Amino acid sequence: MLGGVSPTVKFGVIRFPGSCDEVDAQLACERVGEAVILWHGDHDLQGVDAVVVPGGFSYGDYLRAGAIARFAPVMVEVTEFARAGGLVLGICNGFQVLCEAGLLPGALLPNTTLRFIFRQVSLEVATSGSPFTRACAPGDRLSIPVKHTTGRFYAPDQELARIEAQDQVLLRYAPGHNPNGSLADIAGVCNEARNVFGLMPHPEHAVDPLTGSVDGLAIFESIAAHVADSVPAGGVPG
Amino acid sequence: MTVRARVLVKPKAGILDPQGQAVERALPALGFTGVHNVHVGRLIELDVEDPARLPEMCERLLTNPLIEDYEIVEDADS
Repeated sequence: MLGGVSPTVKFGVIRFPGSCDEVDAQLACERVGEAVILWHGDHDLQGVDAVVVPGGFSYGDYLRAGAIARFAPVMVEVTEFARAGGLVLGICNGFQVLCEAGLLPGALLPNTTLRFIFRQVSLEVATSGSPFTRACAPGDRLSIPVKHTTGRFYAPDQELARIEAQDQVLLRYAPGHNPNGSLADIAGVCNEARNVFGLMPHPEHAVDPLTGSVDGLAIFESIAAHVADSVPAGGVPG
Repeated sequence: MTVRARVLVKPKAGILDPQGQAVERALPALGFTGVHNVHVGRLIELDVEDPARLPEMCERLLTNPLIEDYEIVEDADS
């Protein structure tokens, strides 16, 4: 990648058996930095600055979506990385994995329509106060596709109230665009420490004019900007 | 002593269960009336040497306690 002066952000995109959107995620990351595929069986994050847990059908969604992937060997390192403050982005199945792993609150339930939904939706940025949405302004609309059967976000009442009070909802489905019955139109949430973010829509599928929208780039740009800010003077990460 | 056990998993009460609702709506069309409160879950069957560990298996892998309730049934004959 043709570079400027600042060190390039390095993304690691996990590949589980059954993942299918990891290559598109890698390509999206490569629009703002470097990206490698991290094999689920390796206890090695290869020194990346940010981890992406991609979309797909890891382990066939057997038992529950994400229920088995959360115990993959690499998830030991991802959990350590997250607990130490490293940035983790979970997209669709990745969101499901992170909820099952307890790195994000709540759970994803079957769509209220009981149908697989594949369409473009309009998202509203709820807050720009996160490493994942800092390149956006509150109220911005992002046109991004969804494709899932199990995307209804749920959390028990008290947990939901806490999530809202602590500004952990980063993206909501715009009015009329909630495709799956998610509570409070929640499309994406982060953890309390704001370093782990999960969303059901696929920003990696909205980075090229060819597919109709480049609104997904803002999320990857946000991560790159956050990592660039975190690198100490002298350019050596960590 | 190996025990044959069944874990019955169902959606937690109070959470919207559209699968259960779909089944409940389909039954009258086939002539079955007077059916209510339908819920759809899953069954996991296993032979287990240490049935005392079943609750832990349920909490850690077999179910998601946030959204599911479960019942362990051990086969008396195993």
